[in-house]
Amino acid sequence: MASTIWKGVIRLGEQAVPVKLRSAVSDRSIRFRLLDEPDGAPVEQRMVNPRTGKVVPGEKIRRGFETESGEIVMLDEGELEKLEPADSRDIEIIRVVPKEAIDHRWYVRPYWLAPDGDSSDYFALARALEKKEREGVARWTMRKKEYQGALHARDGYLMLITLRHASEVVSAAELEGPSGRELEPRERKMAEQLVEALSGDFEPERYEDEYRKRVAELIEAKASGKRIRLEPKRERRRPASLASALEQSLEHARKERSVA
Amino acid sequence: MPEPVEDQSAEEQSARRTFWSGTITFGLVSVPVEMLPANRPRRASLRMLAPDGAPLKREYWSPRADGPVENEQTVHGYELEDGRFVEVSDEELEELAPRKTREIDLRLFVDREELDPVFFERAYFLAPSKGAIKPYRLLVAAMESTRKAGIATFVMREREYLVAIIAENGLLRGETMRFADEIRSPEDAGLPKRTKVEKKAVQRFSRAMEDLVAEELDPDELQDRRSRQIEKLVRSKLAAGRDVVAAPPEEERVGRGEPGSDRVVIDLMEELRRRMKGGGAASGKHRAATELESRSKRELYDLAKDLDIEGRSKMTKQELVRAIRPSA
Repeated sequence: MASTIWKGVIRLGEQAVPVKLRSAVSDRSIRFRLLDEPDGAPVEQRMVNPRTGKVVPGEKIRRGFETESGEIVMLDEGELEKLEPADSRDIEIIRVVPKEAIDHRWYVRPYWLAPDGDSSDYFALARALEKKEREGVARWTMRKKEYQGALHARDGYLMLITLRHASEVVSAAELEGPSGRELEPRERKMAEQLVEALSGDFEPERYEDEYRKRVAELIEAKASGKRIRLEPKRERRRPASLASALEQSLEHARKERSVA
Repeated sequence: MPEPVEDQSAEEQSARRTFWSGTITFGLVSVPVEMLPANRPRRASLRMLAPDGAPLKREYWSPRADGPVENEQTVHGYELEDGRFVEVSDEELEELAPRKTREIDLRLFVDREELDPVFFERAYFLAPSKGAIKPYRLLVAAMESTRKAGIATFVMREREYLVAIIAENGLLRGETMRFADEIRSPEDAGLPKRTKVEKKAVQRFSRAMEDLVAEELDPDELQDRRSRQIEKLVRSKLAAGRDVVAAPPEEERVGRGEPGSDRVVIDLMEELRRRMKGGGAASGKHRAATELESRSKRELYDLAKDLDIEGRSKMTKQELVRAIRPSA
């Protein structure tokens, strides 16, 4: 069971709902350490002053900000401490927006919220969000850091997904795709048909991290001293022109369909 | 602290690494692309400094030699329970999924509305490689008019990703997603059984929401307040000339710096605009800023992989530089 990371209180106007924050993600990646190749010992990381080549120990490290004009402004601990946000348990809902209002690119990491104490208000808030098909924009301070997030209702429970800051998200309107001559209507039509022919339902459970499995197998085989066989590289033949590639793919996709 | 709250270092790292380049395929049509991160790093990220203000450089250190690891000659090690390590080379990892390290094969297209935000991890823009503009535009047009997103799995930097490819504004965007088994269910997270809710309580919350309702997200409400405060403090110290030192010249920065320190971080927008116009390799300016010697061994290895240089996994950093240079 996932452990509680932090406890807070959702503040929606006058309403208060105490909750416990738990990660909704479990990291399953295989972690490697970096080894020094000649002797196979794990390497450490040190902070080195490039001017002197000497290691600077942790307690002597200072913080600073580099300006675009090539100056470094050093900040001392006292100054940084003053910038730390005040301690608070509040998860303040500052806005309530339609569910599709937040673009994917804002999302960082999901957390489940568990009711802390009495659960009736917790489930009522989840229901209210679900009924209105809305989500809350929230702000809170956790371990001396400010966060912002989206308060979602999901399967009748509350979830908080942390959001990026405005300056980190490039607005799609700032960009333009490549331009060129008008696309051939016939090719365009075939491309659309191909997309349609390959369309289906999204079933996330069907996808597995095969690579992770293979890495685990490789490690196991090596640990037990077995020889390993690697999959030979294969190259696919490519058709000559875009139009013939579309035609062949479409035919293939249709055949697969009729079999299925 | 039981769990990391936010994996910021990974985010910062990915912003400055060489990006994935490969091919999107749908059916037999292939579209060579390069990935660029779609999000900018935080505005005011602080650097680590020596007491005299010199920006520090992160170095791999060999405890036995009590000195820096030479040539960044390192290998991946998986720690067994008894403390021994199983060594795994880059080449071995790469060969576990030879196709997937180069190809995003879109075998399934789904309605964009079906994509669930809990899965999203990170966004990238996909720019067409030189000569690939036509198939790129064709794929964009077909996906935009059908309102579909393409789904595939691919391997980038020793990890497999589930990715959704989305077309918007004439551009392709890749959103890496978590695998379903990485998302905890309410039961996994130890949430209690759902209980019946009182209509009155629901109404009370619905009313409380009314004052806060907006139809759109206002980015102004999601400003990076900490960065602003730091910038303000920095400006006042600059004006007073307090604790200000000159940043070291470029040539003193060779090596692996702290996140955000190396100038390899390129102007994302400029880079994208340029690529959308003609596609192809980086400009002279960019190349100058990414002189081979100043890259990490990992970055050089990735380059060598793209160039199909043989014997790359056995090469030292210097050997990689020498092998890459003729083709750069």
